[in-house]
Amino acid sequence: MTSAPLKGSDLIEAGPLADGTGTAQSVRPSRPRRRGRSAPYWFLVPTLTLFAAFTVVPIGYAIWLSLHRVQVKGIGLGKGARSQVWNGIGNYTDVLNDSEFGHSVLRAFGYGLIVIPTMLGLALLFALMLDTPKARSAPFARLMIFLPYAVPGIIAALMWGFLYLPDVSPFYYLLNKFGLPQPDLFDGGNLYLSFANIAVWGGTGFNMIVIYTALRAIPPDIYEAARIDGASNLNIALKIKIPIVMPSLVLTFFFSVIATLQVFTEPMTLKPLTNGLPSSWSPLMAIYDKAFLQSDIYGASATAVVLALATFVLSFTLLRISDRYTREDRA
Amino acid sequence: MTPLTLTADTTGRAAKARRTAWVPTIVLILGALYCLIPIAWVVIAATKDRSELFSTFTFAPGTGFLQNLSDLTDYRDGIFWKWMANSAFYAGFGALLSAAVSAAGGYALGRFAFRGREAIFKMILAGVLVPSIVLAVPQYLLLSKLGMADSYWSMLLPSILSPYGVYLVRIYAAASVPTELMEAARMDGASEWRIFSRIAVPMMMPGLITVFLFQFVGIWNNFLLPYVMLADDEKFPITLGLYTLLAQGASQPALYTLVITGCLLAILPLIGLFLVIQRFWSLDLLSGSVKA
Repeated sequence: MTSAPLKGSDLIEAGPLADGTGTAQSVRPSRPRRRGRSAPYWFLVPTLTLFAAFTVVPIGYAIWLSLHRVQVKGIGLGKGARSQVWNGIGNYTDVLNDSEFGHSVLRAFGYGLIVIPTMLGLALLFALMLDTPKARSAPFARLMIFLPYAVPGIIAALMWGFLYLPDVSPFYYLLNKFGLPQPDLFDGGNLYLSFANIAVWGGTGFNMIVIYTALRAIPPDIYEAARIDGASNLNIALKIKIPIVMPSLVLTFFFSVIATLQVFTEPMTLKPLTNGLPSSWSPLMAIYDKAFLQSDIYGASATAVVLALATFVLSFTLLRISDRYTREDRA
Repeated sequence: MTPLTLTADTTGRAAKARRTAWVPTIVLILGALYCLIPIAWVVIAATKDRSELFSTFTFAPGTGFLQNLSDLTDYRDGIFWKWMANSAFYAGFGALLSAAVSAAGGYALGRFAFRGREAIFKMILAGVLVPSIVLAVPQYLLLSKLGMADSYWSMLLPSILSPYGVYLVRIYAAASVPTELMEAARMDGASEWRIFSRIAVPMMMPGLITVFLFQFVGIWNNFLLPYVMLADDEKFPITLGLYTLLAQGASQPALYTLVITGCLLAILPLIGLFLVIQRFWSLDLLSGSVKA
């Protein structure tokens, strides 16, 4: 770079992004670059337009709907007989008194209590095993465990749904052979396990890759030092690897909690195969049910807003806890 | 460290060096088998005809694959292939647009310092937290007012913006596009658009491919959005099509073999895509970490 001596100061100013925004421009007020100052905004136009149209406006509309209700004049026929009127927090008090929605949230939590520890536990286990030197078949296993990520949730649910059917399932075949009792996988508590298994199957691989990536970023000299001190692979895993990948575990936990609250595909898919699965089994199903089957878009919007607020509160609480945790760790 | 433990340790390590680590190997193989069971099942079940499905052993291959295939193709004048084509269109075109929008947005956020940058970035990222149905229901209501519900647009437009894609490109742009190069191009009089399209985009290509693949899988697998938006089954993607087929199967078990064969055909393109791309696709990008 021949112009380096001349441009040295410019490079420092324009280089790192992290420092203040003002300096680069204020030092060099008149340059042909001036036209470039609006460039980032132009590049952001498509992103921000879509964000406004498909995130901000729908949320605003949902909030507006959640504060209104339909008023029917006379017998509700003819133009203008139905009008939207202000309902204040009426829909919200309905949501909080709605035991169906409450139950769906409880079900989601119960389901999450099974899915999240199992899925993340397996993901961590597989990631640590992949990272062990001299584990055979690691590349093959990594690909196979990640493969379910490519399978649509609905098809995963369909495939497992058939595997749960006594007439088709190899598990029932084996149980039958050995004369063991045959549980009904579509009933009561087993239903949670059946749904949870589908989610664990579909989600373990992705989380494994996230944790494995963090593991591979650890410089190998650390292990060398630990080995010289006589640490076993198990010791290295527990005392060095797990603490270092803690931020990745927190991240995967965080996204798993959000995904749990939004469980929809698995129960929707298995509904036709089972009897007696309520159409408001999960929070999202309850909202869908209210909006389109009961045609109460106002109540559904209020329920959706409550769910969104709960997600935000939960997310920020989790982030704050993990923040404090990692900071204490560093001190 | 005493010399004694040192020698003991080195001989132990030398012996270990040749040995396979059995526990990890077995755990990984069990994990791989667990993940393969449903896929192996669907491959075998797709070969069974209607009577074999419920009478023969699960993992015994049947004789009806070609018959199932032609039944599925004949079903309602080949609507299955229409669903597959729809999915390919939604996922392919949607992911392409998504990668393009993320490229511009992520590049702006990753390579420029400007007022409001962090606020914009955080706002877009917070979009990840909004439950999908909170957006889908009002999106549907608003698009119906515009007369666009139950159209190809209603499925395509809400799928374009990907907060994760913008996030990924931002990190990738900051790590892979040198500011010196941008400055040099500016000195030579290149326009900002030219710098973006001729210099930044080629350098960000691995990140953009990742965004494309993510969105492709995400849109192909999406169920909630088409379930809310679409009513006309000529426009269904494959996920919703198979769902309706299964729902009818509850009263007509004869459709089960069609559903199973359909599942196999629907996952084959994704699995094929996956196996091909994973050879040159860095999985590190998944978690947004960039190796210099």
